[in-house]
Amino acid sequence: MIIRTANLNLYYHKFQALKNVNVEIRRNVITGIIGPSGCGKSTLLRIFNRMNDLIEGVRITGSVLIDNEDIYSPMHDLILLRKRVGLVFQRPNAFPLSIFDNITYGPRVWGISDKKTLTEIVERSLTAVDLFDDLKDRLDCPALSLSAEKQQRLCIARLLAVEPEILLMDEPCSALDPIATSKIEELMIELKKKYTIIIVTHNMQQAARIADEVGFMLLGELVEFDTAKTLFTSPNDRRTNDYISGRFG
Amino acid sequence: MKDKIAEKLLLFVALSAIMSLALITFFIFQQGIPLIFKAGLGNFLSLKWAPTRGGFGILSMVIGSLMVTVGALAVGIPFGLAAAIFLAEFSSKTIQKTLKPIIELLAGIPSVVYGFIGIVILVPFIRVTFGGPGFSVLAASIILGIMILPTIVSISYDALLAVPNTYREGSYAVGATKWQTIVLLLLPAARSGIVAGIILGMGRAIGETMAVIMIAGNALKIPGSIFDSVRTLTSTIALELGYAAGDHRGALFACGSILFLIIIVLNIVAIRITSRK
Repeated sequence: MIIRTANLNLYYHKFQALKNVNVEIRRNVITGIIGPSGCGKSTLLRIFNRMNDLIEGVRITGSVLIDNEDIYSPMHDLILLRKRVGLVFQRPNAFPLSIFDNITYGPRVWGISDKKTLTEIVERSLTAVDLFDDLKDRLDCPALSLSAEKQQRLCIARLLAVEPEILLMDEPCSALDPIATSKIEELMIELKKKYTIIIVTHNMQQAARIADEVGFMLLGELVEFDTAKTLFTSPNDRRTNDYISGRFG
Repeated sequence: MKDKIAEKLLLFVALSAIMSLALITFFIFQQGIPLIFKAGLGNFLSLKWAPTRGGFGILSMVIGSLMVTVGALAVGIPFGLAAAIFLAEFSSKTIQKTLKPIIELLAGIPSVVYGFIGIVILVPFIRVTFGGPGFSVLAASIILGIMILPTIVSISYDALLAVPNTYREGSYAVGATKWQTIVLLLLPAARSGIVAGIILGMGRAIGETMAVIMIAGNALKIPGSIFDSVRTLTSTIALELGYAAGDHRGALFACGSILFLIIIVLNIVAIRITSRK
């Protein structure tokens, strides 16, 4: 068990976006979170690297433990947490810098300036997302000149460069076409050997294809959490059944 | 019928604005360029400015203009950038809505008022603190630096605001602090806007006349230090045109042509940089 939440609630001003969420996420598996738009799945994902802190008026109660440490305790190092728990965004957000500078951004933030070390990190990170052979001769080109799929891979490589343990993915394929999507999915399955992955998606087929465990959320509540097989074939809750059989959503 | 007349009238008004620019350009060069050929480039670029006795060297004034401009940038860039970063990244919407118009109001103060404040406060302060006449490169640089603040602040602020929030989030997501995000990501991302703001500010500084005449001292030599007096191209034109005739007058127009060229080039560079993606 790597992540565990207990009685987690989140409020935007008066609006309650997460309601008493209790979830346990296992190491080195892909956990999918599904649910209709506005159900709180992205909010839950951003709990794990405290990205919600950036939004004004957010209040959180309950606890979130990663490796038995409460990440919301005042003693916890927020910057170190963000390094351990990387986030891939819905739309690729490659920086307007060169490919090389994109990947080395995190390491430079963490104080690595040695050119040789940085070059090694770039090679390792780009290899991990299967881009190195393609890009090795044009590392100085602007990252924004790449296709959307390659930009998304680059964003994943940028996270891998700081050696995280957990990768959060917020609908990482929603801006990609089906072929690019399947390539990113293959990449995720490859990456779960080394990393723990939590992916938010409103594409149920995607969750069924790649996730080992799946949680279904509705109106801020975690309705059901089970292995992908059980949740998609014989869900316990009627609301889950209605959603996966397409009665709403 | 009435529409036709209105259309023609508006066209005429619009064209007259462009025509006056064309006429000014033509007139300045037509009056100034012959003198440069007559005096010769060697004389024109020399140090000897005695326009009633055949000395048409503008070098010390060009250097003077450059010195106060560089000085103005040395004051304006750090303060302007700091203000823009504070407004765009560290302050609430309410503070931004209050402070930005106030900073932009600086641009509306007549330059003679800046000169007046310079004479009354800054010049005596420099004279007492550092010695020398007080009317100096330093005084002119500080006043010009303040005068170009609104340009640098507003354009840099807009450039920073135009950086999408997803970049900031992406930076935080690898563990960067706010300050690292600003230095490593936001400033490079907003670079073209910031550079354009600086170049436009530079154009203002080099073209400013009244405030500079009042506080720079206007001594016709290359200043040995920032506490010495200095004379710029603009001051020379404004101070001497009233009594100049013949070649002297031509020489002042030649100064104007040089200024005109510098400012056109700066503006073209600024436009190029901002429109580049």
